[in-house]
Amino acid sequence: MLYMAVAAGSFRRYATYRAATAAGIVTNTVFGFIIAYAYLALWDQRPHLGGYGPAQALTFVWAGQALLAVAMIATGGLSELQERIRSGDVAVDLYRPADLQLWWLAADLGRAGIQLFGRGVAPMAVGALAFPLALPGDPLTWGWFLLSALLGVVVSFALRYLVALSTFWLLDSSGLAMISGLSCMFFSGMVLPLRVFPDGLSDLAQLLPWAALLQVPADVLIGARTGGALLRGLAFQAAWAVALLALGRLLQSAATRKVVVHGG
Amino acid sequence: MDGVAAEPLIELDSVEKVFTVRRRAGRLRRTRHEVRAVDGLTFQVPRGEMVGYIGPNGAGKSTTIKMLTGILVPSGGRLRVAGIDPSLQRARLARRIGVVFGQRTTLWWDLPLKDSYELVRRMYRVPAAVFRANLDRCIELLDLAPLLDVPVRQLSLGQRMRGDITAALLHDPDVLYLDEPTIGLDVVSKAKVRSFLRETNAERGTTVLLTTHDLTDIEQLCHRVMVIDHGRLVFDGDLAGLRAAADGERTLVVDLAEELPPIEGVPGARTVKVEGPRQWLAFPAERSAAPLVTAIAARYPLVDLAVREPDIEALIAELYAGGGAARRDPGGADPAAPDPLRP
Repeated sequence: MLYMAVAAGSFRRYATYRAATAAGIVTNTVFGFIIAYAYLALWDQRPHLGGYGPAQALTFVWAGQALLAVAMIATGGLSELQERIRSGDVAVDLYRPADLQLWWLAADLGRAGIQLFGRGVAPMAVGALAFPLALPGDPLTWGWFLLSALLGVVVSFALRYLVALSTFWLLDSSGLAMISGLSCMFFSGMVLPLRVFPDGLSDLAQLLPWAALLQVPADVLIGARTGGALLRGLAFQAAWAVALLALGRLLQSAATRKVVVHGG
Repeated sequence: MDGVAAEPLIELDSVEKVFTVRRRAGRLRRTRHEVRAVDGLTFQVPRGEMVGYIGPNGAGKSTTIKMLTGILVPSGGRLRVAGIDPSLQRARLARRIGVVFGQRTTLWWDLPLKDSYELVRRMYRVPAAVFRANLDRCIELLDLAPLLDVPVRQLSLGQRMRGDITAALLHDPDVLYLDEPTIGLDVVSKAKVRSFLRETNAERGTTVLLTTHDLTDIEQLCHRVMVIDHGRLVFDGDLAGLRAAADGERTLVVDLAEELPPIEGVPGARTVKVEGPRQWLAFPAERSAAPLVTAIAARYPLVDLAVREPDIEALIAELYAGGGAARRDPGGADPAAPDPLRP
C-alpha cells in the first residue's frame, strides 16, 4: 500500500536526523525540569488545582514534553509543504496519481512515529526517574493513551495542513503558522492544563480542537478520564479529526482547481 | 515524418490560458489585467514522435506542459492526451505520462535513490516484473548502479537528473514531458541523457515533448520543432525549415591566395568581414553555395573554402524578434494564417 510506504519512508528519513533528535531530547528534558518545578511550587500553594494532585500535575508536564514533538504542539504549519507550494515544487506532487492530503498525512504519521521513540520516550523516562509520577500500572491504559495520542497527531496534522494550504493564496503563510502555533501552545494545555483555567475559559478551551493534542491524551494517561469520559474524549478527538480533514479536502480541491502553481 | 497518419497522442485545438493579474494602482485600488499566457494554441503530436518545444522565457511553454499534465485548467479550447482530458481525469492520465522538470526533483530528498523508485512502483502500481526490467534497463544505460544507495541530497545535478528521468519512466508512460532536462549539466552528462532519450524513443516508441533552451538538444534529438512566443505557435516544422523561416543566412568562408579588398560583384552574397586573406560572405540559407563558389573562383585566387550553417540561437532570436512576421515560410503561406506550418 502506497501510503504505508510513504509513512515508512518518512519514519526512516527522520530516523537519520540523529543529532537533531538528541538535541530535541535534551531540550524537552530541560524544559520538563523547569516546568515541573514551577508546577510543584504552584501545587504547593494550591493543592488540587484543576482537580489534579501534585503527582498528576507532574505527569501532565512530562506527557506534554513527550507529545510536544510528536504532535508538533508548538508548530503551526507544515514548513516543507509550505515551501513546496511557495517554490512551485508542489506541481510535482500534483500530477502524481496520489492524494496530496493522504500523502502528507502518511508522511506526518511516519514522522510522529519515530519521534515517539526518541523525543517521546526519553524525556518521559527521565521525568519518571526524577519525580514521583502518576503513571498507569495497567497496559490497557497505556494503550488508550497511545490511541488518544495518535488521534491528537491526526488533529494536529489536519490543522497544520490547513495552514500550509493557505500558502496557495497567501504566498507566505509563516505569519498564520505562528499565530496557529501560539494558539496551539495555549489551548492544547501546554502552558497550563486547561482544567486549571477559570470556568468559562476552561469550558471553551476544552471544546476547541487543540484540546485533542495534549489535554485529552494527558488526562487519559493520568487516569483523569476513564469509562464514559474516556470514550467521550476519544470521540471528541475523532470528530475534530474528521471535520478538519474534511475541511482540508475542500480547501485542497479549491486550491488545485483555481490557484496557479507558482514559478516557471 | 515517419509515422504517417499515426493517431495523434497529444491534441490541442485553440487552447487558451488566461491569467488575471492584479496590479497596484494607488493606495488601495487594484486594477485587473488579463495575461494571455497561451493564446489559441493548436498542434498535434503523433504517437512515437519526439518534438522540441522551444521559446523564450515566459512564452507559455511551462503553462502548456502544466495544462498537458492536468495541473492547470485551460481557459478555452480543447486538449486531449491519449484521449483523456487532463484536467478532468488527472489521476487517470498520471499513469500514462511521465514528467521530468529539470529544476525540480520528484525524488525523495533524504532517502536513498532506490527508496524513491520503490515508492514510484507502489504509486503507479507497476507490476514487479515490469518494474524490475525497466529499472535494470535504466541502471545499465544511465550508470545508476553506484548511486542506488546514496541519499538523493548527496547526488550531483547530473546524477540527480539521471535519477529523475528513471523515476519518470518506470511505469512505461506513453508520453514523456521533459522540461529543461539538460539544464545545468556538464557535457558528458548531457550526452548521456541525450543518447538515453534517443534510445528510449526508438525502442519503446515513447512520445517525447521536450522543452529546452539548449538547442543542441533539439538538433540531436528532434526531427520536429515547435516555437512558441507570446502564447502562440510561431513555427512548427523541421530544423531546416526553421532556418529558412527565420530568414537565416549561411556564411561562405573563403581563403584567398593574398590579401585583397572585399570581394564584390557576386550576386546574392555580400562580404561581411575581411581578415587578411580570409573573407566572410553572407548569403540566404535556402540558396545553394555552388554558384557563389563558381563566381568567386572565376575572378579571385581561391585557395580554400568552407560553408558555415547559420547559428541556430541567432535564428531563434530572429524568430522571437520578428514575432508574427517570422511565421512566413519559404513556400509563401498566408502570414496571418494561424495554422502551423509543416514543410
